[in-house]
Amino acid sequence: MDQTTHRSAAIRDGLGVGLAVGLSGVAFGAAAVTAGLSVPQACVLSLLAFTGASQFALTGAVGAGGDLLSAASGALLLGGRNTLYGLRMADVLRVRGPRRLVAAHGVIDETTAVALAQPTPAAARAGFTTTFATIYITWNLTTLAGALGTSALGDPAMLGLDVVGPATFLAILWPRLAASAELRRLAVGGMAIALLATPFFPPGVPVLLSALAVLVVLVR
Amino acid sequence: MTLWWAIAAVCAGCYALKLAGLAAPRQVLDHPVVRRFAELVPVTLLAALIAVQMFTHQGALAFDPARAGGLAAAVIALLLRAPFLVVLAAAAATTALVRVLLG
Repeated sequence: MDQTTHRSAAIRDGLGVGLAVGLSGVAFGAAAVTAGLSVPQACVLSLLAFTGASQFALTGAVGAGGDLLSAASGALLLGGRNTLYGLRMADVLRVRGPRRLVAAHGVIDETTAVALAQPTPAAARAGFTTTFATIYITWNLTTLAGALGTSALGDPAMLGLDVVGPATFLAILWPRLAASAELRRLAVGGMAIALLATPFFPPGVPVLLSALAVLVVLVR
Repeated sequence: MTLWWAIAAVCAGCYALKLAGLAAPRQVLDHPVVRRFAELVPVTLLAALIAVQMFTHQGALAFDPARAGGLAAAVIALLLRAPFLVVLAAAAATTALVRVLLG
């Protein structure tokens, strides 16, 4: 495939992931209002925090009547993995100045996953940008729709949209896992650590702890 | 702490966390150990995320047959070398179908 083909494939991937994952914003909007947030509060979170897991963590804790300090801390722990993605994305995106300030807002699970699945740096950048733009627009519009309770989309869980995230990550990791036994061991190790840690740590920590599997590989 | 303050803190904090990785100093990014760590860590985190989203619910291990069915459909589609968007559609459709069947 030539450069243009790689880039159009990346753009197609980005649009697909962006639309499918972005639709789940309706679940966030609805959950936020149910938890007691106002419609503007739900929308500000989607516009400015723009990282689904953290947003759900904050509203979930607020809805459960938890204190706000621990609710915010839990959300920030979940946001911690975006820092680790950023270390990798810095090399892929190579952006500086004001463009870096904009790109930073887009460093989340889905954009990182789509970028890493691309065969060339140009395609990776195209994939990142398309995914970021598509999710940002869709996620914010569906947040508003879900918060207003006027969504025509129905319940995202009934449409099976809650499996789109994990299926996206699996599909994107698949070729790399198929090609490398080391990555397969890392992936299985990371899954095991996260699942074993889940009962004992607050949300967000188990996924961060899975990075220990990488340290084990590096030390060997 | 009012709710708006908590929201402001989460928005500012989440953005700072994203920027911290992307804006890490060049010397840090170019260090061989950091470079290798940064290459491997997204694979591990995304795999861990799959496990957590699939098999936990509110801080406990949990099994949802609908979601598991959807992921199994994704695996089958991937083994059949289906295009990416077909994999996602197969997963979502299977999950939705199992939910309808199980009520």
